[in-house]
Amino acid sequence: MNERKSRFSSLSGIEIHRLYGPDDLKNWSPDRDLGRPGEFPYTRGIYPTMYRGRLWTMRQFAGFGTAEDTNRRFRYLLEHGQTGLSVAFDMPALMGLDADDPLARGEVGRCGVSISSLADMERLFDGIPLDQVTTSMTINGPAPVLFAMYLAVAEKQGIPFEKLGGTLQNDILKEYIAQKEWLFPPAPSLRLVTDVVAYCADRVPKWHPISISGYHIREAGSTAVQELAFTLYDGLTYVEAAVKAGLPVDRFAPRLSFFFNVHNDFFEEIAKFRAARRLWAREMERRYQPRDPRSLQLRCHAQTAGCSLTAQQPMNNVVRTTIQALAAVLGGTQSLHTNSMDETLALPTEEAVRLALRTQQIIAEESEVTNTVDPLGGSYYVETLTNQLEEEAQEYFRRLDAMGGMVAAIEQGFPQREILEASQRYQREIERRERVIVGVNGYVEQEERPIPILKIDPEVERLQVTRLAELRKARDPFKMAGAVASLQEAVAGGENIMPPLIEAVKAQATLGEICAALKEVLGTYREPVVL
Amino acid sequence: MANDLNGAPALAKRVREGQVRAVARLITLLERRTPEGHDALRLLQEDRPRSMVVGVTGYPGAGKSTVIDQLVAAYRRLGHRVGVLAIDMSSPVTGGALLGDRIRMQRQAMDPHVYIRSLATRGHQGGLAAVTSEAVLVLEAAGYDMILIETVGVGQGEVEIVKMAPTVVAVVAPGLGDEVQAMKAGLLEVAHIIVVNKGDHPEADRTVRELRDWHRTVLRVTATTGEGIPELIAAIAEHQRLCDLETVTTRGHPEDSAVMRG
Amino acid sequence: MTVTSPLRILIGKVGLDGHDRGVKLIARALRDAGMEVIYTGLHQTPEQVVSTAIQEDVDAIGLSVLSGAHMTLFRRVLELLKEQGADDIVVFGGGIVPNEDVLALKEAGVKALFGPGTPLEDIVRFVKELPRSR
Repeated sequence: MNERKSRFSSLSGIEIHRLYGPDDLKNWSPDRDLGRPGEFPYTRGIYPTMYRGRLWTMRQFAGFGTAEDTNRRFRYLLEHGQTGLSVAFDMPALMGLDADDPLARGEVGRCGVSISSLADMERLFDGIPLDQVTTSMTINGPAPVLFAMYLAVAEKQGIPFEKLGGTLQNDILKEYIAQKEWLFPPAPSLRLVTDVVAYCADRVPKWHPISISGYHIREAGSTAVQELAFTLYDGLTYVEAAVKAGLPVDRFAPRLSFFFNVHNDFFEEIAKFRAARRLWAREMERRYQPRDPRSLQLRCHAQTAGCSLTAQQPMNNVVRTTIQALAAVLGGTQSLHTNSMDETLALPTEEAVRLALRTQQIIAEESEVTNTVDPLGGSYYVETLTNQLEEEAQEYFRRLDAMGGMVAAIEQGFPQREILEASQRYQREIERRERVIVGVNGYVEQEERPIPILKIDPEVERLQVTRLAELRKARDPFKMAGAVASLQEAVAGGENIMPPLIEAVKAQATLGEICAALKEVLGTYREPVVL
Repeated sequence: MANDLNGAPALAKRVREGQVRAVARLITLLERRTPEGHDALRLLQEDRPRSMVVGVTGYPGAGKSTVIDQLVAAYRRLGHRVGVLAIDMSSPVTGGALLGDRIRMQRQAMDPHVYIRSLATRGHQGGLAAVTSEAVLVLEAAGYDMILIETVGVGQGEVEIVKMAPTVVAVVAPGLGDEVQAMKAGLLEVAHIIVVNKGDHPEADRTVRELRDWHRTVLRVTATTGEGIPELIAAIAEHQRLCDLETVTTRGHPEDSAVMRG
Repeated sequence: MTVTSPLRILIGKVGLDGHDRGVKLIARALRDAGMEVIYTGLHQTPEQVVSTAIQEDVDAIGLSVLSGAHMTLFRRVLELLKEQGADDIVVFGGGIVPNEDVLALKEAGVKALFGPGTPLEDIVRFVKELPRSR
């Protein structure tokens, strides 16, 4: 019988057969490979009841303009039923620069909120009691500094650190691999990550100190397999670093969390979540034999794929996001961000954000997919894909092991090159119309109907620059300089960075000043050229 | 802009004044082999200052560009005006080229006394672009008294650099046993100075030892931090001094050995 | 004896964001179309871009900005080119740029702006068809 194509393949290039049946699962054992939900190897989910017990957290990433602007957006989202906050910082903050740095020109408040000082952080959470919400902060290179500011705000609100819940992205390895927003070289950066992990284990026990992220790896053009493999391997690298620093695995592994992308290939994405849980449980068991079962459980946040959205016919993005969100739910995610339809044009408008949040609510309340745990478990197709993804990821693990680990692989440009090749393959498929993207290389409309977009007031930059000038004039310069010097000393001496960092932010040292001081101690990094 | 650069004499004059646009334009005209370019070059030949020329060669990934970046910074501190010609391979099929050597040198982009030009081989063999020797003349005329040439870096058959630069530095990464062996028959044989880069690599010691058994001047450098660069600068100066001595004693005419006798 | 030579194009990322997937794909596509691409890497300032473009005597500059700083950065590049008498160098770009800003930037002198999802072949065609004034 004729078929539409000579070869059918997943978005990641895995060849897909016409039909899957018992033969495909000959070597598969439900007891060994599937298990029960909430039990090893957690393929079906980390909780016995999954969404019958509790729905996922609907967590929309937000941030733009000044701290006041974002504070208003946060309150709006909380009023509309969102259950957790998620801070998007602007580019200068992500790079550890102050708003008045010459390199920050034109960037202030553009793709996130501008935060340069403790005063900004206080404004950001004004009127939001930090023990009533959980907060996710997407920050990596300067993560310890922003975290120190958050802790200082909590202290000022009179809330003990033990009551704080939330997540710090703090995943520096994927910056070298994909997102390219680093401050220091890999080895000292890894040490800062470990410092935060140790400090949280000690002082902020409900906090997730790292969100090991595949999202950006996928956005950089990787396949689902590469996303899975590099992310989990990054996770194992953090665990190894913490164990080497003397932390018992069960002290911190239960607080690790992951962050995955959800792209368009519905079943492949579902299989990716299932394979991720199984592979993590198996590797953690094999490498560290933890006593606490939570050390084996892969908890994750998911975000629909920004790179799948199109500027053409932007309303279509609502549909893409719905399909992706459903895949994340069927894959068993613990929390979810749905992208807004206008994000290839600008930061989302309130209207667009609300629609994205409503998408999740419709899946949760109306689709009835939440009634049973892992509804696709046992499907010949989904189980086969789950096996394939796990096997291919393990193959990457072997190659990374042979290279001497992730830091060595990054310095050789290995994951960077693999991702670049994958993204070029994908691009070529689109150019040749082997893959059709509606509105881009098929079903194209000549007239585009514009949609409303969010404008960032250029005044934001001027306001932030003025505020910083005032702050620098008003603070006690000796106290500030002393705190920064103590910080440098502590870091050079190998002490945990967090306590002196909290003192430095309280002494009104700015983000940029602190990061510049840390660069003096820890150095800077130039990536290998991969073209 | 065609107007203000029109005419070989005007162009030559502007190159002599060190105007960057004119230098860049003339190299382009020479690449295209235009009569105007050649006329300008002829005018510049008269009474041209002579520069120190250093070739830097080695396999891809050894860190040639990073070493050059450090050399540029060091020569700037010594007060030199520095010209860099960074050569990469053109695709034999499409004629296109992806010239990425500059990435490593971008911190020099704003220094008015540093000129960096990426050149594609455009079918020329031997590890250089056909225009290289002419580009060196242009840079000399424009007053860049220190010129660094980065060869393509495929390792094999890159011997043309020896005819163009009195001092050739080969950059080697540690731990490449087989490649180093292969290089001995080519690149390393013609090099005057061998630099083992990534000196903090665990294999660096061994590679330095092995090469020292075999070559007179082997230096260990960590280009990312700048360690070993002063020693490299000294070794280059020493080699150039020896070259000058040699020419004076054997030929009695220093200009003969200077450059571009290819 | 004059030979036709490949177009020389500077491709780089200005601003602070590190998303270099698109820009690398464009660099490769232009190379594959027979051009000489000078790739400058991440985090370039407008000053660096213009200085590099002049030293390399490029025909065009293609810049990617995804952080929302396009208005400031593109305008600055155009301004510097003009100051240096190098405004014959064509400037084009890509990134997340709202329509309104596209119009303003084109008015300011940016020759073309390519949004997300633009086929690479469109960009290659645009560069190939640039008038050869030099």
